[in-house]
Amino acid sequence: MHQFLFLFFGAICVGGAINLLIQRKTINSALSLIVVMGSLALIYLLLGAEFVAVVQVIIYAGAIMVLYIFVIMLLNAGAEEEEKAAKGSNVAKIFGIPGLFAGGMIGIWVLLQHRPEEKLIPIGALYGPADQVGMMLFTKYLLAFEVTSILVLIAIMGAVVLARRSNS
Amino acid sequence: MSALTFLIVAVIKIAVTLGVLLTVVAYTVWLERKLVGRMQNRWGPSRVGPFGLLQPLADGIKFLLKEDLTPPYVEKNIYLLAPGLALIMALTSIALVPIGPIIHLFGISTPVQITGVVDASGQASDINVGILIVLGITSLGVYGIALAGWSSNSKYSLLGSLRASAQMVSYEVSLGLSLVGVLLMSSTLSLSGIVHAQLGTWFGFVPQWFIFRGQFVAFFIYMMAAFAETNRIPFDLPEAETELVAGYHTEYSAMKFAMFFMAEYANMVTVACIASVMFLGGWSGPPLHFLPVAIQAFLPLIWFSSKIFFFLFLYIWIRGTLPRFRYDQLMAFGWKFLFPLALANVVVTAFFVAIRA
Repeated sequence: MHQFLFLFFGAICVGGAINLLIQRKTINSALSLIVVMGSLALIYLLLGAEFVAVVQVIIYAGAIMVLYIFVIMLLNAGAEEEEKAAKGSNVAKIFGIPGLFAGGMIGIWVLLQHRPEEKLIPIGALYGPADQVGMMLFTKYLLAFEVTSILVLIAIMGAVVLARRSNS
Repeated sequence: MSALTFLIVAVIKIAVTLGVLLTVVAYTVWLERKLVGRMQNRWGPSRVGPFGLLQPLADGIKFLLKEDLTPPYVEKNIYLLAPGLALIMALTSIALVPIGPIIHLFGISTPVQITGVVDASGQASDINVGILIVLGITSLGVYGIALAGWSSNSKYSLLGSLRASAQMVSYEVSLGLSLVGVLLMSSTLSLSGIVHAQLGTWFGFVPQWFIFRGQFVAFFIYMMAAFAETNRIPFDLPEAETELVAGYHTEYSAMKFAMFFMAEYANMVTVACIASVMFLGGWSGPPLHFLPVAIQAFLPLIWFSSKIFFFLFLYIWIRGTLPRFRYDQLMAFGWKFLFPLALANVVVTAFFVAIRA
């Protein structure tokens, strides 16, 4: 059951990501990104990380993507205009796409070579409730957690400075 | 419990809850028209049935039979998707709400809650992150309104939905933070766990609800943020009829408009449910031992529904009392008053919880 659900939501996730790239209209791309975020949350849920799954929905689908849609609505961005393909883009098409696939395959192969055999956990056997996530954040990963919060603080101050400058 | 019994019980619970919810939504509209009518010294609906009680039915038939217009130049797929999205998100969160304790019928025990089950020790249990899922569904509800306004291709709709999404994203922060105090005190994220943390009484009759245990300020922050989340007066700027015709649903007619209308009232009911679960003890209440046993059995449901009625009445009462905010006042109120107050509440609650631990 877990295997089937994993494959199902994985397929939706990849399909949404491809749709995101091939859509010409900005709003359709944004909507497919929401689908990707939602199916990622369901995959986290299958892995037993219920807290991370719900937070994924609240933060990415509920807050960040709303801001994306907000910007699209404000700019009223319509369909992307199709321009005549330059020579460079044709070269990129011919060599880039197979190259990208080959690179991805090599990456997967390298990762498969180095996987620890005995430490693999089957899907559905793991369980990560909110209190365990909190315990890890405030003991083992405390430094990373605090450094991230400072990073966010700097980003907020940067946004305020930029907004102030354009006003005056 | 076998898989088949589980499935049958789940389907029955969903059908009953949905039926009751939709009836409550329909009659909240009736109640609102009636009460606002009395507040403005007129009768309200009085022609269809006794006291106008069949008015929701007549409205429903009217919405179904009216011409279903789709204006030209709309973004058709998204235009059709938006009302459904709004209604689905509004109806889904009721599944997480614990409506009553465990009931025993025909040899089967199950809590009155769609996502609730009886665990091995005979206790009611539900999803471990229930309150977060409710917040997640609420935050997805913005899409219905945002996409409706954008796809309508009309300036009034666009302005209305811009206002709505900015307002809902801003007030969601205070809404979530106001609940943190309760979560700290109950040390669980499960909604039925939160109700169980409020079951006791002082002196045998004063219930130990979180509103009486220091979360008084948080309750008011939650109520104000919830009014803004549901786009109700005094925060109904997304559909301010004096400025924006009807806001984000200007271009919608017939059943598609009715879906937005139902979504708004279903959201009011959900917000009332969460408020009563988090601060007023959900289905718990002071024990009334003098009542006959037959009524005692229904007491949790009576407590829960009277709390919901209180909140719905409050919504209507405030609608009849307060004028609308100006938009800059709304934003300043949310970010400069509610948000710092909610943060202060979290810090103070955390301090007291840490001292007691």
